[in-house]
Amino acid sequence: MALTIGFEWIGSTRRAAAVASPASGAPFAPNAFLRIGADNSVTVIAKHLEMGQGAYTGIATIVAEELDADWAQVRVESAPADAKRYANLVFGTLQGTGGSSAMANSWNQLREAGAKARAMLLTAAASDWHVAASELTVSKGVVSHAASNRTANFGSLVKTAATLPVPDQVTLKDPKDFKLIGHKAARVDAAAKSDGTAQFTLDVVLPGMLVALLKRPPQFGATVRSFDATAAGAVPGVVKVLQVPRGVAVVAKSFWAAKQGRDALRIDWDNSKAEKRSSADLMEEYRRLADQPSLPARKDGDAERALRDATQKVTASFEFPYLAHAPMEPLDAVVKLSANSCEIWAGDQFQTVDQMNAARTAGLDPQQVSIHTLYAGGSFGRRANLGSDYIVEAVSIAKAYGADGTPIKLQWTREDDIHGGLYRPMYFHKLEAGLNAQGQLTAWRHVIVGQSIMADTMFAAMIKDGIDGTSVEGAANIAYAIPNIAVNLVTTKTGVPVLWWRVVGSSHTTFAVEAFIDEVAHAAGEDGFAYRRRLLEHHPRLKGVLELAAEKAGWSSGPLPAGRGRGIAVAEAFKTYVAQVAEVSVDKDGHVTVDRVVCAVDCGTAINPDIIAAQMEGGIGFGLGAVRFGAITMKDGRIEQDNFNSYRVLRMNEMPKVEVYIMPSAEAPTGVGEPGVAPVGPAVANAIFAATGRRMHVLPFPKTGDA
Amino acid sequence: MATTFILNGRSATLDADPAMPLLWALREVAGLHGTKFGCGMALCGACTVHLDGKATRSCVTPLSSVADRKVTTIEGLQSKQAKAVQAAWIELQVPQCGYCQSGQIMSATALLEITSAPTDADIDAAMSGNICRCATYSRIRAAIHTAARGLKS
Repeated sequence: MALTIGFEWIGSTRRAAAVASPASGAPFAPNAFLRIGADNSVTVIAKHLEMGQGAYTGIATIVAEELDADWAQVRVESAPADAKRYANLVFGTLQGTGGSSAMANSWNQLREAGAKARAMLLTAAASDWHVAASELTVSKGVVSHAASNRTANFGSLVKTAATLPVPDQVTLKDPKDFKLIGHKAARVDAAAKSDGTAQFTLDVVLPGMLVALLKRPPQFGATVRSFDATAAGAVPGVVKVLQVPRGVAVVAKSFWAAKQGRDALRIDWDNSKAEKRSSADLMEEYRRLADQPSLPARKDGDAERALRDATQKVTASFEFPYLAHAPMEPLDAVVKLSANSCEIWAGDQFQTVDQMNAARTAGLDPQQVSIHTLYAGGSFGRRANLGSDYIVEAVSIAKAYGADGTPIKLQWTREDDIHGGLYRPMYFHKLEAGLNAQGQLTAWRHVIVGQSIMADTMFAAMIKDGIDGTSVEGAANIAYAIPNIAVNLVTTKTGVPVLWWRVVGSSHTTFAVEAFIDEVAHAAGEDGFAYRRRLLEHHPRLKGVLELAAEKAGWSSGPLPAGRGRGIAVAEAFKTYVAQVAEVSVDKDGHVTVDRVVCAVDCGTAINPDIIAAQMEGGIGFGLGAVRFGAITMKDGRIEQDNFNSYRVLRMNEMPKVEVYIMPSAEAPTGVGEPGVAPVGPAVANAIFAATGRRMHVLPFPKTGDA
Repeated sequence: MATTFILNGRSATLDADPAMPLLWALREVAGLHGTKFGCGMALCGACTVHLDGKATRSCVTPLSSVADRKVTTIEGLQSKQAKAVQAAWIELQVPQCGYCQSGQIMSATALLEITSAPTDADIDAAMSGNICRCATYSRIRAAIHTAARGLKS
C-alpha cells in the first residue's frame, strides 16, 4: 500500500491529507525532497517554513520544473526536523528559515533533486519499453515515446524507478525551456487558505489534549516569589496550575477555562532583578552615547578629517522605537511529552535550535524531539529565536504536568504577544556628512547606538571585534562612492529581550541612510534621484533598480501639485536590490496619505513573479505601518501597549496603491520575503519633505510634525 | 447549560458556559476551526462570522446572545457572493500566511451581500476592521471588485 502522509493530522473535521493509494508498491523517493507515489502523486518535501512568503510554492516550483511534473499533481508537505538532510545551506548546519534565504539556498539543491528524479524516470521507461532514453520526452508528468506512440505517467514508472541507482551527475534545464519558473504558478496553499481548511497550530486537536495559558512577569527579569492558585483552580475546566521557569501556567480543558483561570491567578512578583527603566530614559541615554567612544564597523579613509576639511556639513539624528512583530497568529505550540520522546506541533521557523532547546528542557536528546512543522500565521522573524521561548515554555509546562504523554497546547494571547518581548531593538542614529565646494560627498560618518540581537545567545560567537553585524547591516555596507566613510557602533544592554524583525538591521539603517542622503542631496542643491545615481555609477544592480523605479514613477515628470510630494530610496538586503518611490498627500492638519508606492526589485532569476510582487506589496504594507504607527514603549519596566488598539498596525484604508517592476535577470535567485520592507520608510519620509519641507527624524511619524 | 441556534444552516445545541465567546464555542465545542483568534477584543477581525447575515466579531459575542439566531462561519458559506469572493481570492492569489483570510472573506462576503457594487470607500469602511499583517490589502480590494464584477454579469 503506497501511502503518502501529509503534514495535516487526522481530526474529525479535517480533510485527511493522507492519501491511501490503491496501487501496490513503495513510493519512489530518490532524495529527501521528493516522493512519487504509484498513484501518480508528486509530493515535494519542503525544508522551509511556509509563513506567507510563498516558500512552499517556490520550493515545489523548482522541483516540479526540473522534474517536468504536472503542476496540478504536485503537493507539498513539511520536512521533519533533521538537519542532516534539511539544513539551510546559508545557515550551514542548522535547519531553519530566515534571512530571505529559502530560494537562494534551495536553488541548486532542488534543481538537482528534480532533475535526477526525472532522469531516473526516463531510465525506468526506457527499461520498461526497451528503447533508448534519448528517444523519450517528458511533459506534465507523462513520459512519451513518440516513435511507438507509448506514454506512461510518473506513477506507472515508480516501481521500476525505485530500483534504479541515483545518478551522480545530471544536466539541468536550460532556462529558456522553463515552463513554471518565471511564470505564474498558482500558490499550492491558496485554496485551503480561502476556505478555512488550512490548518495552523491553533487548530491542532489531539485525543486528551489540554490547553495552557502562561502568566508571564509584567517586567522583564522579574520572577515568581509566590502565587495563590485557589481561585484559578476553582474555575470549571481548570485541571492544574503549575509553576514553570517563565511564570505560572494554568492547564485546562479549553482555552476559555484556561483564560479565566489565568485571570484569577494571584502572583507576587520579585522584581529586584527586573528591568525597571522607561524607553524614554533609554533613548536619552542613547543620545548621549552617540557622542561617546564607539567601535568601528567600517573605516574607509579618514572621515573625521574629511569632515573637518569639508566646505559644508550636514548632520541629522534619527530615533527608532522597539517594534513588535505581531503576526496574526499569536504564538502557540502543542507538546506531547513522555519519558523518551517529545513531539511538537508548531509553525516552526528554527527546527534545529528548537530541537536542542526542547531537548534540554525535557532532559532528552535532540534526536528524541520530533517537530511537525505546520503553516505559521505570520512570523516576520518572531518564531526564530535562539532561546526558542515559546517552545521551551510549552515543553516546561508539559514537563511540570508530568510528562505523561498528555498533549498540551500552549496558547499565547495578543496581550501576551505585545508584552512578550523579543522586539526589534530601539536605536539612535547620528549621521554627519561633509561636502566639498562642488556639493560632492567627501565624508560620511554614521554612529549607531542600540542593543545587540546576538549577544548572550548561542550566536554570540558571530560578534567580531565587538560588532554585531545585524546592528550595522545596511549602514556599514552602503555602496555609495564616498571616499571617506566611518560607521561606528555603540552596543547597549537592557533587560528587554530583542530579536531580528523583518529585514533586521535594514529596518532602521536603511531609513537613516536613505533619509539622510536625501538631506545631503538637498543641501547640495540637487535632486535626490540624480545625486544617488551618480554615487552608484559603479554598482549596476543598485543603479538599475533606482533608475527603473524612478522611470516608472515618472520621477522626472515635474513636481506634483501643492500638498503632494515624491520621495525615493534604494537598498540592498540579503543580496536583493530594491528601490521605491513613494507619493504622498499631506493636508493642512498634517495628516499624511501615502497614495502610491512604485517598487523596482532585482532578485536574480524570478521564480514566481506574482509571489515576488506579493512580497513587495506585503513588505511595503508591513514597513509602512511600522514607520507610521509602530512603537512599543516601556514605562518603569512595563510595556505600555496591550493589543491592536494601542499597538497600531496598517489597515486596509491606509494601504497605498503599489506597482511592482521586476528587473529581468539570469542571476541566481535571491530572496524577497524581507527586502521590500527596507526602502518604504525613507521613501515616504522623503516624499513628506517634498510636500511639506519637514524631515522625519523620530519614528513613528503619524503626522508631519516631529514627535 | 446549552445554547441552541442555527449553525451553518442546521440546528446546533452547544453545551457550554453561556458567557463563553462564540469564537471559542465554535472552535472548541463545535469543532469548526476556520474562524481564528487574533486579538480577543474585536480589533483584528480574524474571528468574523455572520450573525443573522451581518459581519460580527465572534470573540466578543457571548454564546448565549446567539440563541435562536443564525450563525454562518467560513465553513458554511453558500451564497453566490461567497462563491464569487472565494473564486476571486484564488484567481488573484490573495492569501499569504492565510491566518486572517477567513475573517477577510466573511467581511467581504457580507459587504457584497449588502452592496452589489461597492466603491473603494465602501470597501475601506467594511474591511478596515480586518487586519492583515502580511498586508495583502491591495489584492483583497482587487478581489472584491473582481467578485462584484463577476456577479453583475
